[in-house]
Amino acid sequence: MKLLTHNMLSSKSLKGVVVGYPLKIEAYDVKVTEVEFNPEFIAKVIPKIDYSVLIRAAEYLGHVGKLPGHVPENVEKNTDFLKEVHHALLEVEVVKGDLVCPESGRRFPITDGIPNMLLNEDEV
Amino acid sequence: MSQKFRYKNYLLWFAQEHVDFRVAEMDSIFGMFNIKYNSIVKNKIHPFWVVQLDSEDDARKIASRSILLRYVIELWAFSTDLSCLNLQLQTEEVELVSTHMSSTFKIIVETFGKHFTQKEKIDKIENFKYLPYKGTVSLKDPDKILYYIEYYGLDANNVPEKPENVFFGRWITDGQRNLMKELSLKQRKFIGNTSMDPQLSVIMVNQTKAKEGDIILDPFVGTGSVLISAAKFGAYTLGADIDYQTLHARTRPSRITQKVREKDESVAANMKQYGIQDRYLDVIVSDFTKSAWRSCFQIDAIVTDPPYGIRESVEKIGTSKDSVSISEEQADSHIPSKVDYALPHLFKDLLNFAAEHLKMDGRVVFWFPIFRKTFTSEQLPVHPCLELVANSEQVLSSHSSRLLLTYEKTKEVESDDPPCVIGEDNFRDLFFNEREEKRKVRRARKCEERARMKREWEKRVMASVSSGDSAS
Ligand SMILES: C[S@@+](CC[C@H](N)C(=O)[O-])C[C@H]1O[C@@H](n2cnc3c(N)ncnc32)[C@H](O)[C@@H]1O
Repeated sequence: MKLLTHNMLSSKSLKGVVVGYPLKIEAYDVKVTEVEFNPEFIAKVIPKIDYSVLIRAAEYLGHVGKLPGHVPENVEKNTDFLKEVHHALLEVEVVKGDLVCPESGRRFPITDGIPNMLLNEDEV
Repeated sequence: MSQKFRYKNYLLWFAQEHVDFRVAEMDSIFGMFNIKYNSIVKNKIHPFWVVQLDSEDDARKIASRSILLRYVIELWAFSTDLSCLNLQLQTEEVELVSTHMSSTFKIIVETFGKHFTQKEKIDKIENFKYLPYKGTVSLKDPDKILYYIEYYGLDANNVPEKPENVFFGRWITDGQRNLMKELSLKQRKFIGNTSMDPQLSVIMVNQTKAKEGDIILDPFVGTGSVLISAAKFGAYTLGADIDYQTLHARTRPSRITQKVREKDESVAANMKQYGIQDRYLDVIVSDFTKSAWRSCFQIDAIVTDPPYGIRESVEKIGTSKDSVSISEEQADSHIPSKVDYALPHLFKDLLNFAAEHLKMDGRVVFWFPIFRKTFTSEQLPVHPCLELVANSEQVLSSHSSRLLLTYEKTKEVESDDPPCVIGEDNFRDLFFNEREEKRKVRRARKCEERARMKREWEKRVMASVSSGDSAS
């Protein structure tokens, strides 16, 4: 699971859960894979993500690098910044771990990089 | 003179396959690149279209996406009659012809709808002796490939003496038909029983207008075959599927030759196989009816082959029993029980999801099964925020088809929108009934046959008994 995906996931479908976002990450195995840098894509994605959630997730995984606390102005031209975001969003991957619902504590296991967001009969 | 060449004519030569998808695919590709064109011939079933384009670059863009397109040819002349074509080439197009005829070249003769021997084709080339060649013929490695094409119509039982159309021009580029081989399921690492064939996957992705750098989601991703085409065209791909076993490649292998699946089969491994892993984001195990995506997640395109319940089950998590509780230790490996998911609900959910998550003008593309005898377009889903922009049919059997539907988002969701409506679902009932009917008929026929054989045998036995000849 990449942090871009993490940024888009929630546990709102759980019975009794209101927002279910952001999911906490508990990682037992983290992998870094090189991914081709596509500055236009990253610039396009930044307004669509919750930046503070990305920062916290990257921090937790020890990959926050030089990411600033806030999105700077004119990101399109800020290649250094785009590269940092690129690394955090696409190159850091949780291979094994759990996503944890912030409201109920329900755990969603990540196995071989694939989060299992299925709910049980009694949770829906 | 310069005015005349501003819009050149191009010949788009299509494969005569999936013909009902041709107009839709072209409209999507023209739209995707914002290509302006004037069409002279854009006939639904005609495999040759003549279009006027601004530039050769536009022609290349079209070819960079279309899988139904065989070649693009810069047209120098076309007519319904060879003598007119000759005249055009000799008088009007001299300039065009001579600029291209100073290098090495070869002329290829293609005929559609009528067979000719190689000798006959070479004779046809003789006709073009009048062309102002300056270069030399090179069959192996020509700089320019020229095409002379004769079209004899589509009616195999009624082939005319003379061609209906003749075309002459310079080959520019091929379409994407090579992807059919390159992405062939036969060589793909991870496939399943319902993996989509590459040609249709590419058509589906083209319908979404997904471009390089877009985010595309397949919510019923299976083995990811549709996403592969999307990633191939540079989109960033995401998938979800309810089936843990599928995404972790723990289902029984689909190849007869394969006893067990390899350890590292996965959607990600497929992406790697094709060198497009940079465009793979993730797949997640998730029930579409219990969305795991946060509400404000905006997606550029949604493309999917939803389950119809014929080759795979249509399911969602749930239970009809009340208050089931799962123990702690069970919870980790527990695979939730699933209840039947009626098709109209699935399509309503899909369109509502699309309306919520698509960007404005974004598209959702999916297959919709129909029972041909009773189908009317009123059965198609209608959504206040989505407009049906294309509908192409693939006939599957004498009684069933599937339609590839393309909807485009035209407005944001508002609280007072009317609900999404869809005709009654009876596809699965009709499908299985019809199959049952056919089986019954077959069974009855077999029964009859057996009875007839028995009667005949009895007759023979009786005859032989009565004649006293009871050998063996
Ligand atoms: C027709 S298959 C898609 C095949 C896919 N195109 C491929 O390349 O393998 C439909 C898929 O939908 C999944 N499915 C069925 N019900 C679902 C649900 N409620 N939510 C998510 N996926 C579901 C099935 O597990 C199956 O993999």
